This record gives sequence, structure tokens and C-alpha cells, in this order.
Amino acid sequence: MMRPTMTPGRSEGTREERTREERTRSEGDRGETTREEGITGKTVYRQVGQSPNRLEAREKVTGRALYVHDMEFPGMLYAKMLHSPYAHAEILSIDVSEAKALPGVKAVLTGRELPYLLGLYMVDKPILAQHKVRYQGEPVAAVAAVDGKTAAKALSLIKVEYRPLPAVLSVEEALAGKVLVHEDINTLDYVKGVFFPQPDSNIASWHKTIKGDIQKGFAQAELIIENELRLPQVAHVPLETHVVIVEADPYSPKVKIWSSAQSPFAVRNLLAKAFGLSRADISLVVPYVGGGFGGKAGIHLEPLGVVLSRACQGRPVKIQATREEEFNQLPTREGLRGRVKTGVTKDGKIVAEEIYFDWDGGAYADYSVNVGRAAGYAGAGPYEIPNIELHSRTLYTNKVFGTAYRGFGHLETHWIIERQMDLVAQALGMDPYELRMKNLLREGAATITGEKITAYSGRVDQCLEAVAKEISWSGYQSALEREKAFQTGKARGKGLAVLHKAPAMPPNTSTSAIMQMDEDGNVRLLLGAIDMGQGAYTVMAQIAAEVLDMPLEKVKVIWENDTDKNPYDWQTVASKYTFMGGNAVIRCAQDLLRQMKEVAACVLRSPSEELTHGDEKIYHVQHHDKAIAYKDLALGYTYEDGTGIGGPLIGRGVYMAEGLTNLNPETGQGLPALDWTYGAHGAEIEIDLESGEIHVLKIASAFDVGRVINRKLAAGQVVGGVIQGLGSALIGGYKYSPEGRLLNPSFTDNKIPTAKDIPDRIVPIFIENPQLDGPFGARGVGEHPMISVPSVLANAVYDALGINFYELPLSPERIALALARRKE
Amino acid sequence: MCVEHEHKVAETYLDSGLPRVRVSCTVNGESVSRWIDPTMSLLHFLRHELNLLGTKEGCGEGECGACTIILGGKAVNSCLVLAQEAAGSRILTVEGLGQGGRLSVLQEEFIKEDALQCGFCTPGMLMSARALLDRNPEPEEEDIKEAIAGNLCRCTGYYPIIKAIRTASEREREASQR
Repeated sequence: MMRPTMTPGRSEGTREERTREERTRSEGDRGETTREEGITGKTVYRQVGQSPNRLEAREKVTGRALYVHDMEFPGMLYAKMLHSPYAHAEILSIDVSEAKALPGVKAVLTGRELPYLLGLYMVDKPILAQHKVRYQGEPVAAVAAVDGKTAAKALSLIKVEYRPLPAVLSVEEALAGKVLVHEDINTLDYVKGVFFPQPDSNIASWHKTIKGDIQKGFAQAELIIENELRLPQVAHVPLETHVVIVEADPYSPKVKIWSSAQSPFAVRNLLAKAFGLSRADISLVVPYVGGGFGGKAGIHLEPLGVVLSRACQGRPVKIQATREEEFNQLPTREGLRGRVKTGVTKDGKIVAEEIYFDWDGGAYADYSVNVGRAAGYAGAGPYEIPNIELHSRTLYTNKVFGTAYRGFGHLETHWIIERQMDLVAQALGMDPYELRMKNLLREGAATITGEKITAYSGRVDQCLEAVAKEISWSGYQSALEREKAFQTGKARGKGLAVLHKAPAMPPNTSTSAIMQMDEDGNVRLLLGAIDMGQGAYTVMAQIAAEVLDMPLEKVKVIWENDTDKNPYDWQTVASKYTFMGGNAVIRCAQDLLRQMKEVAACVLRSPSEELTHGDEKIYHVQHHDKAIAYKDLALGYTYEDGTGIGGPLIGRGVYMAEGLTNLNPETGQGLPALDWTYGAHGAEIEIDLESGEIHVLKIASAFDVGRVINRKLAAGQVVGGVIQGLGSALIGGYKYSPEGRLLNPSFTDNKIPTAKDIPDRIVPIFIENPQLDGPFGARGVGEHPMISVPSVLANAVYDALGINFYELPLSPERIALALARRKE
Repeated sequence: MCVEHEHKVAETYLDSGLPRVRVSCTVNGESVSRWIDPTMSLLHFLRHELNLLGTKEGCGEGECGACTIILGGKAVNSCLVLAQEAAGSRILTVEGLGQGGRLSVLQEEFIKEDALQCGFCTPGMLMSARALLDRNPEPEEEDIKEAIAGNLCRCTGYYPIIKAIRTASEREREASQR
């Protein structure tokens, strides 16, 4: 376990640099990696667990890293979109004649000319609204023109006649089903067997998890605690807004797209389906990406770019979302209402739980139905619950539609569950630490979908123990202690919360890597995933360098990802890439080693079984001077007389998820989890009783990551993720007018944390119980840090004030009002 | 193409009826001069007239700080400044931080502390930090937070940025004492 402290301005580092000398030399070959047992018996790595700088840092600090925002092409046109002012309305007519006549305008399109429907899981979304609009902000027309000003002027000349319809603006209205957001829900295409749209309703998917017998369970319960909690939609806010440039060849089906996207292969797949194209006709190029957080995981502006470019004889068309569009047109995180009923024994053992998650999914299903599905298997938290019935319903509403957002479904469900655990503890008069410890998943326990937890699944109890220790947790304060603090005008409190998450992905998810060696011994690595700042490529380079036993500087990861050139990866989502990509890169490097040993065996006249590798050489295990440098094998070996043998080295490595299954459609039972990363937060806060403002003194966050590959980058994910979680907890949230108009589509009113909003300290703690099939034992951690941050803060607020909050954000206003009510 | 070229560049008077204005200034130590639309923002001028693409646009409304540059010694949101207001001024952008292929101390510390992830806010963040260290070589933590409070970062959580600025200030002070 290591505990770096992130305290701004202090010089003690997170780095635990191990010198080369500390590393012991390999005597025998393990055939696979350079793992070595030193004299201490401890595995010592050259790269793994170190803190090298991210590979692309230099380009990013010099302004040389170019994003799609920065790209322009000769003859490029600029597109802009016209948005619906209504949350729900019929489009009676659209008159584009004046806009078309404006000089400099090259194309004006409306939904009537675009009979396409797209969608990841539910095929429900038009490129531009067709006969009706389903949210305020939905694009109804688009213009491509020689410059942005002309496009904007053209928009102002478009006349749209609407007939407003009653709008569905809450989960309650959605469930009532008096108004349907998608009146054609019965005929929409969708991924069958995985999602369950309900006929003649606003329920895009109803996922059920049923285990044991809750009737019996509740009958055994000595106490039943029921609560309802909520949270609003929250925006991702990547600093680079969504942007695409599309060139659609008018003489062939060929389409080339530059996009700020997380999942180029998924975009290619969906475009091909929507337009009836071959995958080979579509190329997606992804350069640097200015943040994604799940918001760029689906398909967004690409299809509109295709039809606009086609309408402009194949000229490149750039569509760059404004910040307002980023809030108001492009997707956000779903809102959620959670109703949870927990049955416990007097000594705090959970015997039954019934949960209803109702997702405010907005106008189109996008990722929301999969968010609902993830909630179905992970939404009860990392607890052993013998009898459970969990219903997760993704609902259509007339709001900005929902999509994946960092750890999708988990921050939301853990807001409900981890608050509920504290509420249960309060009802029992028990320490919430003890209550959690009593019910956490441990070796031998089964998850709510029937998966057995093993000794190698990770330890959530160790995470909780670590953070409790770090914040010196000793139970809730007494009412007397609280009263005393109230005299000072400031109240302090502490809280705890746990979390778990596995990648939400299909059971057959796969990834691949290709490695080529140059004649100077440098390795070029081609990957399918996108590095949008999470540090994936640096971690993959470290893994490659570790397996090949060569300096990190000699591994070059090809940055720009191009679906025409890079090998396949499903999507860069779900905190799965260190695990899956890491395994693919290990296999890829092993493939390269195997090829080098084959040729070296001929040259050195030794069986390849007696050859080993290290320090960029293949050599004999016993006779070390029988050796060939990698670089002399890179393009094939050349004998003194000029004869060549072998050929250019190209390694391949693939990884496909193993042992996962679809979930039973009736009961939700099955194996959805590649790996569970467990975690816990402990928080210490201080509340100003006058203003209601929460000042966070400290957050300690522990994760069982199996093995840290890059300490500095892993700590960066934790700290950055905790602050995003803090935004969701204290600041963020969409606000709508009674008519369904988004009231805060700008940074002025829809804020994210600034440097002045951060806690005094964040302490990342890494627990390393290896995952046997993870690369060097590693599990993912990219999304996890933001999960349970809202709940840990609200739990600390209870400790400070003795008041429970059931809704986010924990704004000063909400807290001050609650304090005022209590005074009365 | 020819028609559009005329449409965009060759007219002395724009569609709006406004005459083009000449803007001359010094950018990263180099004198530049352009005839431009008087309504052009300084951000647009840097990115599209001078091809200095390091300066980013995150919101276009002065709320995110991604377009921060140093104008006459002060950190400003270049999306809120008209290019013509910069006439006669000295401007520093991220491209001017390093010298002769060598990174500045501040850039080095950003790398070492991993004070960047996606990198989109980084140029603006560096410029706010540079302006701070120029006017206050010995900033306290609160000064640093204040100086970058207008620069939004969604990735790092700010801690490594604050630390990088702190260590850069220490290194710069040491270097100046030598």
C-alpha cells in the first residue's frame, strides 16, 4: 500500500522512483515477461509501478498538440445548427428558401430530407428532428457555408412553425405515460435480449435483477428502512467541445471523418449501419482529444457531417459545437430517482433489498439504457445481499438526452445506496463503518447476479479500513458534540462511503495491438484505443517496455488513431483499457520476442528454448556472449556474406474478454464483470452555518487496483476524478423551466469546480491485491474516483449537522434552507 | 473558389460596411501586421491570421480561460479582446514560452508534476501562471489559486498544476539568485 499525499504547493512527491540498480538481473527465462524474483523474493519491475512522464506531455505544454478544433482543410465549409425552442412540439413547416438564397451558403438540410434513425442500443434518434422535436435544443436544421458568420446569418433566415405539445419533464410524468416521447416505441429497432423497451410507454428499457426471495427476506428482517433519493442531470464539460470535420466523396461511398471521439470503431460501425455503407468505406481519424469523460463515446455530430458534406459535393464540412450546444444539444448524464427498501437484522445484516431506479434519460436512449443495465448488476453496491429485487427503468423524457458519463450509472446509484447505508446505520443506532464491514462482499460471497467473489477479486474491506484510518474515523458525533460546534458558527463532520465498478461492456468485447520494430531497435506500437488524457498510451508503452526489457524512450506509440490503419478496439470507455489493452500489448510483445528468438536460434545455433532476452538482446541462458541485439533482428538478420534470414518484425496481440455472459432477461443473473475495482472514500468537511457552504478539508480515497502501472498517472486519475465527483456533489446540475427549457446552458450558471473549490487535501491510497488475469495484476481505475464522492460528502454533512440530505447538489442554498427550517 | 476568395479577403470594406483596420503588434517577440475585420477577436487573430493554434477556444465567452494569453504583461481571455485593441502591444502566447527548442522551467514543471491530462486547458493555464510569476515571483498557494481561478480544468483536479507553478517559482528564484 502506498500513500502519496496530494497537497498543493508542497514538494513531497508521489514518485517512488526505483533505480535501475535495485532491479535484479534475470538468470532464467520465464518465456513471457521480464518478471523477476529478486533476492527478497519480491517481483521487481523496470517499468511497472514507476512514474514516467506521460509520453505526449511535451506536445501539450508547447501548444503543438493539435485537436480537431485546430484543423482546417482547403475549401472547408463551416456548419451551424438551428435548435428547437420547445421541449416537445410538432414541426408543422420549415421554410429554408431565404437561407438557401444567401450568398456563401452551400447547403441547408432539415430532418424531412434525412430519413435515417441512429442509436447505439435503441435505434431512435434522427440526424435532425423529423416530424417533431423531443427536447429544447434539438437540432431541426443545419447550414453549411463558407464561414461561420454566413452560416449563422442563414440560420436566422429559416422559418419553423411549431405546434407545442405537452412535455414529459419528470420521471413521474414519464412513468404515468399520458404523453409519449416516442409514440413509435413499439416499432423501434433495438438490441434484443439485452434491452427491454415496454410497449406504449416511455420506458426505453426495464432491467430486472432478481435473486433469492425478497418476501421471505423481508419477513426475516427486524427493521425495514425505506428512502427515496434523487440527483439531477450533470454535464461532462470536456474543455474541447464536440467537433467533427467530414469529407464525403460524392463519386463513391467513401467517407473520411476527423472527430474528437472516444470510440472511432463504434462510430464507424454505427455509420455503416445507418447509411448502408461498408466499414471499409469509412475512415475515422482521431488526433488529440480535449477530454471526453464518456460524452464522446457514442456517435454524435458525425452523421450530420456526412449528409452536409454530401450535399456540398464532398467539400470538407466542420461542425464545432458551441459551449451552449455542448450543454443543450449534446448529451449529458442522466438524472435519477432511486427508491430503496432495505431489510436488516438488529445486528446489521442485510437480509433483503428492493430497489427501483428510475432514470431521467431524456429524449433519446443513446447510452442511457446501458446505464440502466449497469445499475442492474452494480447498483446495490459492493454488498452481499441474499434476497434482492432491483428494477432499473430507463425513461424517455423531453429533456437533453443522457449518455455515458465517467463510471456511468455508478456515481448515481452509489449516491442512493451509500446514503441508504448511512440511513440504515442511523436507524439501527450503529456505526456506519461497522454496518458496511458486516455486509461487504468478501471472498466466497456472491454478487447480486450470482458471481462468486474470490481471493483475487480485490478487497473492498481493505479500502474502507484504509480510508477510515486516514480520516481517524471513530463513529458519528453525538448530538451534544454537534450542539457545541454549532456555537462556533462552523460545524465539522466526517463520512465514509464505498464503491465498486466493473467495465460495462458486452461479453465479447475485444481489443488488439500491433508492434513493429525499426532497424535501430525502436518499437512502434499501434493501438485501437484513444488516449484522451487518461494516460493509456503511456501505460501501454510501459507495459511494452517491461515485457521487451527495453528503455521506455524506445517505445513509440502512434498517436493519431485512424480506423484505416490502427487495429480494432471496441471503445475507449469503462476503465477497461489498462486491463484489456495491457493484456493485448503483453501478448503483442511476446509475439515479437518469439519471432526474434526463432531467428536468433538459427543464427546462434541454439534451440530457441535455451534463449532468453534482456537489455534489448536475445541471448543464451548460460553463455551470455552468445547474443544478438534486437536491432539486428528488426528487419531480419543479415549474415556476413549478405544472406538474409527472417524478415521485418511485426508483433500482434489481441485480448478478448473471457468468461463473461449475457444476463438472464428475467432475473439479470450472469457474469457481467471482467474485473471489479473496489474503492472507498473518507471525507472531513467543515460547514459554515451562516452561508451553508461546505469546505472540504480532506478526502482520502483508496482503490484496490491490483497493481499500479504508473503511480503518477494513477494518482492523477484519482485526484481529477474526486474533483469531478465533488462538482457533481456540490455544484453541478441542469435546471429547467416549467416548460422544459434548460435554464443554465453556460459556464455562468452551470459551473464546474475551479482551483478555489478544491479540498485542502486529497490522499490517494492504492491497495494492490493482484488480479490474476490482469496485466501484471492490474485493474482499471479511470472512472472509479468520482463514484461515491457525493454520498461521502452527504454522509459527512449528516455527521456535522445531524441533517440528512436526499437530493443533489449539496448547494449552500439547500443546506442553509435546511438549517433555517431546523431552527424554526 | 476564386469568388469565395474575393468574398473573404479582397474587399477593403466588409459586408457589414465596416472598413478593414490594420493591426500591428509584437507576438512572441516577432513584429506582425495584418489588415483585418474590426470585429475580429484577438483569439481569432492569433489562431486564424497568425496560425498560432496553441491558444484554444473553450467557450468563446470568457468563462473558461482556455484562450488566455499575455497582453501587455497581463493575462487576458483573448476571446473577449478585439484584435484591434492589441495594436501596438506586446503579446505572449504558449508558443513563445520556450526558447530555441528548450522548454521553459514552467513547462518542465508541468510535465514533471503531470499538471495536464487532455491538454486542452494547458496553454491557457501556462499563460495565467506565467503572468502570475512575472508580477509575483514568490506566490503563496492562495495567490496561485487566485491566478488560475479563471482557467477551468476538467481533468487534473488542479493540485498538480498548483504544485507545478509553486516548484517553477522556486526554480526560477534559484536561477535568478545565481
